[in-house]
Amino acid sequence: MNSRIYPLLGFLLLIVLLVVGLNIADRKTNLPSPLIGKPVPVFDLPVLASPGQNMSKESLLGKPYLVNFWGSWCITCRAEHPVVTELAKLNAVYIIGMNFRDEPQDAVAWLKKWGNPYNVSLTDFDGRVSIDFGVYAAPETFLVDPSGTIVFKHLGQLTWEVVETEILPRLANMESGS
Amino acid sequence: MTVELGQISLLAALLTALVLGLLPMIGSYTGNRRFMAVSTTASLVQCLLLMVAFGILTSAFIIQDFSVEYVARNSNSLLPMGFRVSAVWSAHEGSLLLWELILSIWIAAVALFSKRLPEVFRSRVLAVLGWISVGFLLFILLTSNPFGRLIPSAVEGLDLNPLLQDFGLIVHPPLLYMGYVGFSVAFAFAVAALLGGEVSRDWVRWSRPWTLVAWAFLTIGIALGSWWAYYELGWGGYWFWDPVENASFMPWLVGTALIHSQAVTEKRGAFGNWTLLLALSAFSLSLLGTFLVRSGVLTSVHAFASDPTRGIFILVYLGVVVGGSLTLYAARAPKMIQGGGFAGLSRETFLLINNLVFAVLAAMVLTGTLYPLLIDAIGAGKISVGPPYFGLLFTWLLVPIVLAMPIGIYSRWQQDSGSRLISKVRWPFLMALAVGTIVWIMQPDIGFVSAAGVTGGAWVILGSLFYVVQMMTSKNRISIPASVLAMTLAHVGVGVFLIGLSLVSTLSTEKHLRMEAGDKYEMAGYTFEFLGTSIVQGANYSADQGEFIISKGDREITRLYPQKREYAQRGNTMTEAAIDPGFTRDLYVSLGEPLDQNGQAWAVRVYHKPFIRWIWLGAIFIMAGGFLAAANKRYRRKMTAKEPVLTGTKEVTA
Repeated sequence: MNSRIYPLLGFLLLIVLLVVGLNIADRKTNLPSPLIGKPVPVFDLPVLASPGQNMSKESLLGKPYLVNFWGSWCITCRAEHPVVTELAKLNAVYIIGMNFRDEPQDAVAWLKKWGNPYNVSLTDFDGRVSIDFGVYAAPETFLVDPSGTIVFKHLGQLTWEVVETEILPRLANMESGS
Repeated sequence: MTVELGQISLLAALLTALVLGLLPMIGSYTGNRRFMAVSTTASLVQCLLLMVAFGILTSAFIIQDFSVEYVARNSNSLLPMGFRVSAVWSAHEGSLLLWELILSIWIAAVALFSKRLPEVFRSRVLAVLGWISVGFLLFILLTSNPFGRLIPSAVEGLDLNPLLQDFGLIVHPPLLYMGYVGFSVAFAFAVAALLGGEVSRDWVRWSRPWTLVAWAFLTIGIALGSWWAYYELGWGGYWFWDPVENASFMPWLVGTALIHSQAVTEKRGAFGNWTLLLALSAFSLSLLGTFLVRSGVLTSVHAFASDPTRGIFILVYLGVVVGGSLTLYAARAPKMIQGGGFAGLSRETFLLINNLVFAVLAAMVLTGTLYPLLIDAIGAGKISVGPPYFGLLFTWLLVPIVLAMPIGIYSRWQQDSGSRLISKVRWPFLMALAVGTIVWIMQPDIGFVSAAGVTGGAWVILGSLFYVVQMMTSKNRISIPASVLAMTLAHVGVGVFLIGLSLVSTLSTEKHLRMEAGDKYEMAGYTFEFLGTSIVQGANYSADQGEFIISKGDREITRLYPQKREYAQRGNTMTEAAIDPGFTRDLYVSLGEPLDQNGQAWAVRVYHKPFIRWIWLGAIFIMAGGFLAAANKRYRRKMTAKEPVLTGTKEVTA
């Protein structure tokens, strides 16, 4: 075939992609996030550091907290780890590490190796709670207000920008509101 | 009533553009000289009409006519005068009008300054530009009319997005568009050449100065955008690989390949199809960029306005312009390899490397930008291709470019010998190695990759400068051609840029802190002392302003006053970073959120950015090189199709 036609063929493929993309963009703008404004899913999970002890949703009522889903198998969790650590240093919010679909000894080793930014880590061994939270990839992060309502969700790697533009302002609002 | 006049001017401009697209094109085929002669008048009239339309919109902003919806959305009675003017292009509708105005200015310039071109060719160039303008005017009138009335009229405007209330925004879009849109001229030249079956390479020489000017504008436009992001977004970053940035970067990459490819085609007749395709691609990517930014297909930190229905229009437009031109290319591009052959080691080889690498870079940026869309389209969840992908890509693809650049300068057309080249570049190469090694010893933290980057930058700078020095000191050549100076300037700019990039990417320090009044923090030998915050009032905002004393040892260097602004009308807050700029380092402080109720403790970001200014300094050099090259007298000689094409091997400029 005439090789001078390749640029045109490439462009036609591109157009197909863009048409599909346009439809998706259309749909996306009409789809509200299902979890925001809803109560936190019920959980009662063993504490990673002391497996005999459990922590439940009810015991956390009355203060805002952050739920960060992670696993030692998750590469992006490693990448966001410094951000979580910096956030922990600010002491601005109670941070729960939701260790899901992970071997507890791997998780403990991971925290030992990279440092533990979490106030507490819970073990969601079979990932059931992660399903209730609608997590389909790690990491995901949820901000919960004192009444136990999810006010913000971040999908993927947490960045400092998200911390400052989404999380800290919401925390400040909760403080001034209460 | 006045804004209706703006609307009418736009409609009249559309009719003029149709005339410009039709009559000269018909005339060029039927040999009707009167039809062809219409092109000049139509081009100038169209430009005038768009200036009127643009002026009317601007005056609506200045007198604050909130009965115009676009004005009411993007202005406010408290907005300072300078920003009232720049607010015209702060959102979708006005940006497009600016785009179209700049297109009409380019068209008028081509009409005025290409009178020496063959009549048929010139008519076709202008007609093609006329069609591009028709498409854009339709887009504005049908989907994005800036002159729509608001009934009932608003008492007060919504205010301009605070991020855009800034000097950078006043100048960044017009310069960027000058570049983007300027590639339409190279595009029109290529299409006209294809239409005429122009096998001669004259069209390339005619289009070179236009391409160079557009490219130089794009260079400085992108650099300004990067500078703006640096000081305005408050994150100390200068480039985010954001889809909007990539949208402007892709045409630049292709444009860079194009200006080099044009040199080969003009001088040697080789790379004819490369030059055609690159000329078509540069503008196509500008249009694609417009589509990506304006359609909402990709979300980005600065997707200012997006609307899928507008996306459909641009997509159709893109399909017609790009699809049409590529079809023409497939049908009409010369089948044979033209021009003289060249040996494996020759200036052509080095410029081929340049073409290949820049084309690949553009393709990779395109892939990276569209990848999330592809993943989304096949339903594989969401993945974002971030800086790691692009960073790695650029690091590796820059290697061949940086290595080849100085050698290419010394190389001869057609054939050269390795030993001759080595003897020419030996000294700059060894000196660059020495520079890199010394820097690495002084700053071991920078690591191998950045040390190599510094070496590469020094190699490019020294190699370019040695060439000029050798030329000045050689007996048979006293004056240095302007084109050599232009090339040297631009290449030195690349070196400066590279050194800045290498150093800033590894030597920068940043820290997110919790600071209370009286707290001190030390970074890179500087002490940052936080004195606390106070409230200050601006014209249309109030701000918490922090005060920091920066000192080195016992000596106070400066005081920085970062702000956290609250814009009342829109209710949004933004950070205004405070920067102490310097030739070898920037100190950067940015105020985050208050961390307690009484406003004592603040999240503070502190950055130390060594050599970051070099990045923009390099870009300024590159731009200056582009303008200098375009100003070459050679392009102002009489341009007839009959002019003999240079074939001499003595020619040293590229």
